[in-house]
Amino acid sequence: MSTNTQEHGTQSASSVAALARPSQMSTAQRLIRNVLASRETAIVLVILAVIAVATSMNQSFLFSGQGWRDLLLTPSILIVMAVGSAIVIITRNVDLSVGSTLAITAYLTGRLFIDIPGIPVVAVVLIGILVGAGLGLINGALVAFGKVPALVVTLGTMYIYRGAVLTWAGSDRINASDMPREFLRLGTYQVATIPLLTIVAVVVLLAAAYWLASTRSGREMYAIGSNPEAATLYGLPTTKRVITAFVVGGALAGLAGVMYAARYGTVSSGAGMGWELQAIGAAVIGGIAIFGGSGTVWGAAFGAILLMTINRTLPIIGIPDFWQRAVVGALIIGAIVLDRYLSARQSRKLQEARQR
Amino acid sequence: MKRNTALRTRLSVLAATGMSAALVLTACGGDGGNGGDAGSDGEDLNITFLPKNLGNPYFDTSNAGGAEAIEEFGGSYSEVGPQEATPDGQVQYINTAAQQGEDALVISANDPSAICDALNEARDVGVAVVTFDSDTSPDCRDLFINQASAEGIASAQVELVAEQIGGEGQIAILSAAANATNQNHWIELMEAELEANYPDIELVDVVYGDDDDQRSFDQTAALLQTHSDLDAIVSPTTVGIAAAARYISDSNYAGEVAVTGLGTPNQMREYIEDGTVEAFALWNPEDLGYLAAWAAHALATGEIEGNEGDTFEAGRLGEYTVGEGGEVLLGDPFVFTAENIDDFDF
Repeated sequence: MSTNTQEHGTQSASSVAALARPSQMSTAQRLIRNVLASRETAIVLVILAVIAVATSMNQSFLFSGQGWRDLLLTPSILIVMAVGSAIVIITRNVDLSVGSTLAITAYLTGRLFIDIPGIPVVAVVLIGILVGAGLGLINGALVAFGKVPALVVTLGTMYIYRGAVLTWAGSDRINASDMPREFLRLGTYQVATIPLLTIVAVVVLLAAAYWLASTRSGREMYAIGSNPEAATLYGLPTTKRVITAFVVGGALAGLAGVMYAARYGTVSSGAGMGWELQAIGAAVIGGIAIFGGSGTVWGAAFGAILLMTINRTLPIIGIPDFWQRAVVGALIIGAIVLDRYLSARQSRKLQEARQR
Repeated sequence: MKRNTALRTRLSVLAATGMSAALVLTACGGDGGNGGDAGSDGEDLNITFLPKNLGNPYFDTSNAGGAEAIEEFGGSYSEVGPQEATPDGQVQYINTAAQQGEDALVISANDPSAICDALNEARDVGVAVVTFDSDTSPDCRDLFINQASAEGIASAQVELVAEQIGGEGQIAILSAAANATNQNHWIELMEAELEANYPDIELVDVVYGDDDDQRSFDQTAALLQTHSDLDAIVSPTTVGIAAAARYISDSNYAGEVAVTGLGTPNQMREYIEDGTVEAFALWNPEDLGYLAAWAAHALATGEIEGNEGDTFEAGRLGEYTVGEGGEVLLGDPFVFTAENIDDFDF
């Protein structure tokens, strides 16, 4: 009896110690622990559950060529934008202008094909990314140098960029017949059943994940987001890093604009309206803390997949339009509540571990 | 004089090509005097076309129809208009037309009331005023050339879809916003028509794409996923029909699920060419302009006064009768197919 209590005590003491000093655990232990406890795993499980439900209602959701393709293709553009938003949010900023940026580059894509006949697709993609980066740079510079909160700056540029594309496009729109067929085909082109746009999204995701997790500048993004004052005092190049985050976010929105044109084939000045909120929503659902400093781009990408897959599933289950939006809202609130709860529990546990 | 603007509706169709396209159906009124001074000779009528704005492919097409008619009855045609589709931009051109003593002014109004005073001043000095595409209040013009009636639009679409699926099967409607007045009215009429005349066609679903490309696109995907036996999608909005066609054109459903509805030739060209879409409807702006010019001719020569029941000749389109509220209905919607789509650029 007494041995038992003794044993129990030791065990709990060691696990508490491990919590405070994770380096005491073996690599394998840590890996398993991370995978099991991570937010990303939870979302993947939810996504799988959603797919399972949808497939049980309608076999073709997963087991038809078209269903499989849509499953992968639909979230691709939002993944790219959510990764960009995640990077910005990690630095304790936010970019509301990415939807308008998408509209500008999507319309620009069509204009380039109309005004410069025969322009190579690669050039159009590069121009789209560069223009997006440029628009991101404006945001970044205003935030970093002007010391104006990002929410205010990007709310302003959201309207300015949208106004620019409204003025530019007017009531004109880019139609499918304005763009070359080979470009439009890229929107649905598949390599071994995997759509090209999905591959693009995965490449973006891998690159961003590597950068944030394994490079000095990437880690500094988290440091800046966790505690901007401390980061500055410590001598981190906060201005430069924040501008970088906005430039990358803008460039990814620019890329998303080109993808949008290829995928939807029609671009009006209203393109991407509300996408900034979906991208931020995806990041938050995926475990990116809205006040910066934590979360991974993997989470943001899974959040995007979850949002888009749920959107496609609800009509199949027969849930009306209004509730589809309500579900998205519930997901976002749920994610934030969960986030608060988990972080409160974590800090309480850490406190306890330190007090021992 | 009772003015009853019964149904002022935004037609998503035309938002695409740049006109706000207020289909102002007026139930009553419109006996506001006749500006056309009788006695002018058809040979030297000066008729000015004033579109919402210049450089708009839709009005380029309609005004070409107007010029054709004027050439036929031997008058002189001129076109003026603002760069931007604003009411104040139109006023100066109305004033100029009045000062120059034009015989008739054919105008698509940028605002139903803002240009009223200017139009009435022009009518006071004897300019016949015909509105087309977008009407003003009935008391500031002589005639309104209405491009289509709700009944015509609804039955044209039902006919098209019935023809394309061989009179039986499942169809779904991809509409604009759930509260879009025009579309909802058409859908009601389509449902009634289906029930009355096409017992073998089942309308399985109505979904709303909010006139947003991406949302309409995703709604199309969901429709096809949900209803595996779907034979056709009807979209009474230009944004919706283009999005549905785009989705189907490079999916496994190409050739199996028909797409039809209301569209503009420029938006639909790609899908007509690749065979995704067989035929779709809208009115023919060229005929609209042509009829408007003939109506102006009839007013300016004193052939009619613009009262209900007046009839006039409109060249190749035949005889027309002025309806309630000084309205002349162009006729049934025009069907665009692979054979004729290249004749249009709007």
